[in-house]
Amino acid sequence: MTEANKVIEMKGITKQFGNFKANDNIHLDLNKGEIHALLGENGAGKSTLMNILSGLLEPTEGEIWVNGDKVNISSPDVANQLGIGMVHQHFMLVDKFTVTENIILGKEKHRFGFMDQASAEEDVKKLSDQYGLRVDPKARISDISVGMQQRAEILKTLYRGADILIFDEPTGVLTPQEIDELMDIMNALVKEGKSIILITHKLDEIKKVADRCTVIRRGKSIDTVDVASTSQQELADMMVGRSVSFKVDKKPANPQGPVLEIKKLTVKEARGYDAVKAIDLEVKAGEVLGIAGVDGNGQSELIQAITGLTKVDSGTITLDGKDITNKKPRKITETGLGHIPEDRQRYGLVLQMKLEENMSLQTYYQKPFSNHGFLNHKEIKEHAKRLIEEFDVRTPSEEHTASSLSGGNQQKAIIAREIYRDPILLIAAQPTRGLDVGAIEYIHKRLIEQRDNGKGVILMSYELDEIMNVSDRIAVMYDGNIIAVVNADETNEKELGLLMAGVSLEKAHEEVAETKGKEKDTIANTK
Amino acid sequence: MLTQSSNRLNNLLVPILSIILGFIFGALLMLVFGYNPILAYQAMLTGVFTSPYFFGEALRQATVLTFTGLGFAIAFKAGFFNIGIAGQVLVGWVSAIWVALAFPDLPRIVLVSLSLLAGVVAGSIWAGIAGALRAYFGTNEVIVTIMLNYTALHVTNYLIRNVLGTGNTTERVGENASLRLDWLTSLTAGSRLNLGFFIAIIVVVLYWIFMTQTTAGFEVRAVGLNPYASSYAGMSAAKNIILSMVISGALAGLGGAIHGLGTFGNIFTQSGLPHVGFNGIAVALLGLGNPIGIFFSSILFGVLDVGAGFLPNRAGVPDEMASIVIAAIIFFVGANYLIRFFLDKVQTNKQATEGGE
Repeated sequence: MTEANKVIEMKGITKQFGNFKANDNIHLDLNKGEIHALLGENGAGKSTLMNILSGLLEPTEGEIWVNGDKVNISSPDVANQLGIGMVHQHFMLVDKFTVTENIILGKEKHRFGFMDQASAEEDVKKLSDQYGLRVDPKARISDISVGMQQRAEILKTLYRGADILIFDEPTGVLTPQEIDELMDIMNALVKEGKSIILITHKLDEIKKVADRCTVIRRGKSIDTVDVASTSQQELADMMVGRSVSFKVDKKPANPQGPVLEIKKLTVKEARGYDAVKAIDLEVKAGEVLGIAGVDGNGQSELIQAITGLTKVDSGTITLDGKDITNKKPRKITETGLGHIPEDRQRYGLVLQMKLEENMSLQTYYQKPFSNHGFLNHKEIKEHAKRLIEEFDVRTPSEEHTASSLSGGNQQKAIIAREIYRDPILLIAAQPTRGLDVGAIEYIHKRLIEQRDNGKGVILMSYELDEIMNVSDRIAVMYDGNIIAVVNADETNEKELGLLMAGVSLEKAHEEVAETKGKEKDTIANTK
Repeated sequence: MLTQSSNRLNNLLVPILSIILGFIFGALLMLVFGYNPILAYQAMLTGVFTSPYFFGEALRQATVLTFTGLGFAIAFKAGFFNIGIAGQVLVGWVSAIWVALAFPDLPRIVLVSLSLLAGVVAGSIWAGIAGALRAYFGTNEVIVTIMLNYTALHVTNYLIRNVLGTGNTTERVGENASLRLDWLTSLTAGSRLNLGFFIAIIVVVLYWIFMTQTTAGFEVRAVGLNPYASSYAGMSAAKNIILSMVISGALAGLGGAIHGLGTFGNIFTQSGLPHVGFNGIAVALLGLGNPIGIFFSSILFGVLDVGAGFLPNRAGVPDEMASIVIAAIIFFVGANYLIRFFLDKVQTNKQATEGGE
């Protein structure tokens, strides 16, 4: 391929923080009109590399060439001028503003000092038609779906004239249908002459849309491969540096008596609406109950109510035969609950505190970690060291703050802490969000282990693959109700997808059967 | 990612740089107005450090500031801005004097303990009001403590005029309630430095033990840093809010009691809130919430405060100049983001040049 086709070349990029090399001589090049995946474990240095490209960080060594010219991207503004735009994982949108207002933010059109709303809306409409990015220019961000918010975010970068788009883990918050839509959008963008860097952990997405893939591991670029001629297994092995298994190895479940019984539970969310509507649910010892559903259908509130972080409006929750309805979190924890919270940085850890202190966050007041109100720092340290060792939490030492760990290792630390307490019921909410396959494999293994030890496990996740792989039974939540509970080995992605969209179980059954029939027909026809 | 040790170094560098910049700023201002800054700083330092009396006075001032600084710091650690330290000092002060005047014939050790205890209790109740309102009704502690400051001021003045004394001052407390230590007084050529200084050192140690070695201190720190994770971990936010405010007020009240019994021996009507309250905030910020840091910051402020008296006579500089230096130091501490930014730049530049070699 000729040099002229390369829109970006990053040559020998090294970024050093203190003694730590986040990027070590990384090479990456992006061809015009291609989708180039950037694959790597958490903490491998993907974000650092992209932050360098978008002007947030300056490399210690190395050169960046854009469209054949050597450039110095000293600030996000410079990146903007070079046509590099980032679609962030956590959307950078103002909730109270409309789609148009968000898109033009910072680049407002004005006439005689007044905002020219009408012509801005026109522009947004034109852009959205051109790339097939369906949005309602007048809708407020807070009123539209996550998928549309993301499209607004993409439009924002296009509005600023970006030709090179960086997508940072774009599918984490989307439903399967929305993911397909996004893939179409990315293909459309490329057809219009844009070039895309896709940061992701998800190998199936890479296989679906990417042309080439650069794998980085521990700050070094391992290889750049042609996606079409590389299998998912090869990609995964390259990323982790060893052979990875995708299938969760598990024996059939051996469920015992119930550990958690929920009866007629109603929970209100902050604004006073019913988020959970009089549901019944049971988790048995020795099973993993998956809770599936699109974000915002009451799953978070359900878990907050079980863990005592939100008030129960009515109904009862019984853990291990003891009533824990509206009990204090500490009481519930002591009754035998472990909780891997959905928002790990907000709820799971005190980031500014040392890792060792975080490892005893719920048990510091018990022996041997303290005695008559005085902390036993030695025991706390030993305990932390044990957990770090046993659960392979990667940190320079237990005295570093939790914030200095990578996302995956923060999660491992929480999981270590929760599982080590050996709770009767373990609630894992989105335990693998944003983690790489190596870490996911490990966490799934631990959850299954917990099940096999005769404990109850609740797995709440927006990832269907994860739910189907790990759970024994799956409860699907829609609009605050449990719309169905199905056995994991008797269902499929399609059926779950329909249930998640609020279609009743019978209807879902029918529809799945119908499409299967049709598929057979088409196969028959082609034959 | 900064390494742990360089983080610690930066923590120390920020206050030190703030102090240096504060002095430089003061010097520049003096130059602008035609004063000689070298002469001025010399006057302050030699004035304080060559005279046992003035050095003693500086330490006495530092004593009270240590209490108010620690008081502010503990609430701050728990996530609250206790701007009511001044009011809590005042109620502690008046309560201690009240008890000392009410039981003049008790043995010294009993009366001193009781009077100090009265200050502690008064201060903790005063701050506890704001803590309880915050914990149970979610009221903003800044507004409540500001209002309580004025309530304290006027209640105290009323008590002095109508209950404790006649006119604008009370009687002096008896020998049995005084914190004066004869050997210390003669060592410092008659300064008012007193037993309170040693109490302050003990409290600095106790504060450190509480924050780093006890489960209660662990909770206060955790709640202050991340209330969500703390409630997840089963800590009670309400309990810790009230606890930290009560301790905060107790320290301020003890500072007030020591100010009353040690410095003045009485209480007189106040036209405004005691400055030691607000300077305590500054001391806590300069000490970055660390008890040892607060202790040394208090000494610096004590020296500046007492040294200011030498400016007019020995250097021909108005003594307000010292307040400007103090204000500038506080400004630079407050602007520590700026200083950190500057330090980061220096470090990356150094790395860049090292990398280039």
